[in-house]
Amino acid sequence: MKSLGSIRRSFAPWADPDAKPYISFRNVTKRFGDFTAVNDLSLDIYEREFFALLGASGCGKSTLLRMLAGFEQPTSGQILLDGQDLKGIPPHRRPVNMMFQSYALFPHMTVEKNIAFGLKQDGMPSAKIAERVKEMLALVKLEPFAKRKPHQLSGGQRQRVALARSVAKRPKVLLLDEPLGALDKKLREETQFELMDLQQELGLTFLVVTHDQEEAMTMADRIAIMDRGEVMQVATPAEIYEAPASRFVADFVGSVNLFEGKIANRDKDIATIEGDTINIRTRNAGDVEQGQKAWFAIRPEKIKVSSKRPANAEYNAAEGEIWDIAYLGDMTVYHVKLPDGRVIKTSSVNSARVIKDPLTWNDRAWISFASDAGVVLTS
Amino acid sequence: MNATLSRFNIVSIVLGFTFLYLPIVLLVIYSFNESRLVTVWAGFSTKWYVELFSNQGLLDAAWVTARVAFISASVATVLGTFAALALTRYTRFHGRTLFTGMIFAPLVMPEVITGLSLLLLFVAIGLDRGFMTVTLAHITFAMCFVAVVVQSRLLSFDRSLEEAAMDLGASPATTFFQVTLPVISPAVVSGWMLAFTLSLDDLVIASFTSGPGATTLPMKIYSQVRLGVTPEINAVCTILIAVVATGVIAASIVNKRREVQRRRDEQEAQRANNIAFGRNT
Repeated sequence: MKSLGSIRRSFAPWADPDAKPYISFRNVTKRFGDFTAVNDLSLDIYEREFFALLGASGCGKSTLLRMLAGFEQPTSGQILLDGQDLKGIPPHRRPVNMMFQSYALFPHMTVEKNIAFGLKQDGMPSAKIAERVKEMLALVKLEPFAKRKPHQLSGGQRQRVALARSVAKRPKVLLLDEPLGALDKKLREETQFELMDLQQELGLTFLVVTHDQEEAMTMADRIAIMDRGEVMQVATPAEIYEAPASRFVADFVGSVNLFEGKIANRDKDIATIEGDTINIRTRNAGDVEQGQKAWFAIRPEKIKVSSKRPANAEYNAAEGEIWDIAYLGDMTVYHVKLPDGRVIKTSSVNSARVIKDPLTWNDRAWISFASDAGVVLTS
Repeated sequence: MNATLSRFNIVSIVLGFTFLYLPIVLLVIYSFNESRLVTVWAGFSTKWYVELFSNQGLLDAAWVTARVAFISASVATVLGTFAALALTRYTRFHGRTLFTGMIFAPLVMPEVITGLSLLLLFVAIGLDRGFMTVTLAHITFAMCFVAVVVQSRLLSFDRSLEEAAMDLGASPATTFFQVTLPVISPAVVSGWMLAFTLSLDDLVIASFTSGPGATTLPMKIYSQVRLGVTPEINAVCTILIAVVATGVIAASIVNKRREVQRRRDEQEAQRANNIAFGRNT
């Protein structure tokens, strides 16, 4: 597995200007009557990439997946797979396979027959089918269940059968629609890592649709955040989290504090934002100009809470009152209420078992953060 | 729910079942009557059954009925299934509501009207009345029943099964025969059985559309009863009841067994899963 790790570390075809995208959505629009599910969307996905479409329900992510599988036709625009336009190609002739949210296992067939179904359609000789089915059963560790019917399996086992069936044909691209949605939390976490290993092992391109940000962050090389049929940002999990492109993305992924203000001063790499609550000096300001309206976004864990006044308190600090405390074991969440009534979310890792003089409800406390702890957003 | 039966409940059940089954029980009992007089009990005998099997007229009618029922049920099942597919699948064509309403209409249409309109049609196109016309008539009305039965199953059918089949490379036809049909087959089979029994006991439409040489059993029974009820007729009816009852009971036993087996399998799978993940429930 060591070698797989190193492949993953250096994998970034989207950063290479010469790399050719494997799947391209070009200005794709899909309307259902008056409702626009996907709006003029363009997106490139590269070979062997583990790509996640993340968004709330109804944001058009599933429609995008179904258009690639061929179940829906785009109202306008183009979808290319390995340079070939998919327009007019019916689902059964597309070199992509899909794993359905409901698993869609054929209830009247055994596990074996379910997995063999796609291979039979290709007219593969039966000896070869048997061999491939065995291989697939071994891959998902279901050999003892080959002769069972789907209703004789648990939810986790069904999920594996669905996975085995969808990769049995060695498709160029595997589409996964909420693949772990029906599993309980513990099983879901285990399966996330299995899916990642499987993708590396088979060398396939995975396109997964999910509404679970943790799932997307864990598994994907890149994530596209979608809202109302449009892509808000496409980036790696770390970029999405640490450098969100807009307030929507910052707020959608994880938890965030937003401060509104005006750019009072702009130096080479330091911007000063004057707001009602707090004055901020920050790096990561991008290309904002003096006088422009802006938002400063900072994640809770990047804010320090202390009972003592920080050394340089004119900027990036404010005094308030501990309003709420949530102890989560690995960390503690403090909500600090500022004099103007705003409540700031912060979280601290509990790196020691016992904390001396812990902050408690109604204590006076200072919040502070470093000049590179947040980002400036203009939209 | 309260499991104990109150007196009121017992009385209701007894009254209800008496009302439903007393006439049938009487008919069965009198089919074993020794006497020629239907209403006078003169001891147990099976002679009317013996006599029945030497009554060529009744046997011919039974054979006609069986053939008409088999052919019309089979054709009606095919047509009705396709109608149901069209109505549940292509939800966006013009006049769908009208067509859905029209498929239900024959269910509530008085049989006399169906029979008469079919008769007029056959006369108009110059089709000689006989085996062919009565079969066609039965196909026409049984088809609607099949469509309704299959349609209700299709409404709960998971479309992603078909999408999965196509996604795995199956053409639309292969998808239909290897996935859709096997999954909805219980509904198709019960549609067929419904069509078969409807054809078996239809009198009104058959009377309008049948012709010489194609007398069905209900027609035969009806015409004989007009000359007076004979124990022979009771015997025929008892056999019919036995056939239908056996079918219904067998079907429900098979269903029940399958259901029990399924539940047991599901519990076992769940238990195996719990053990695998070290959880006790």
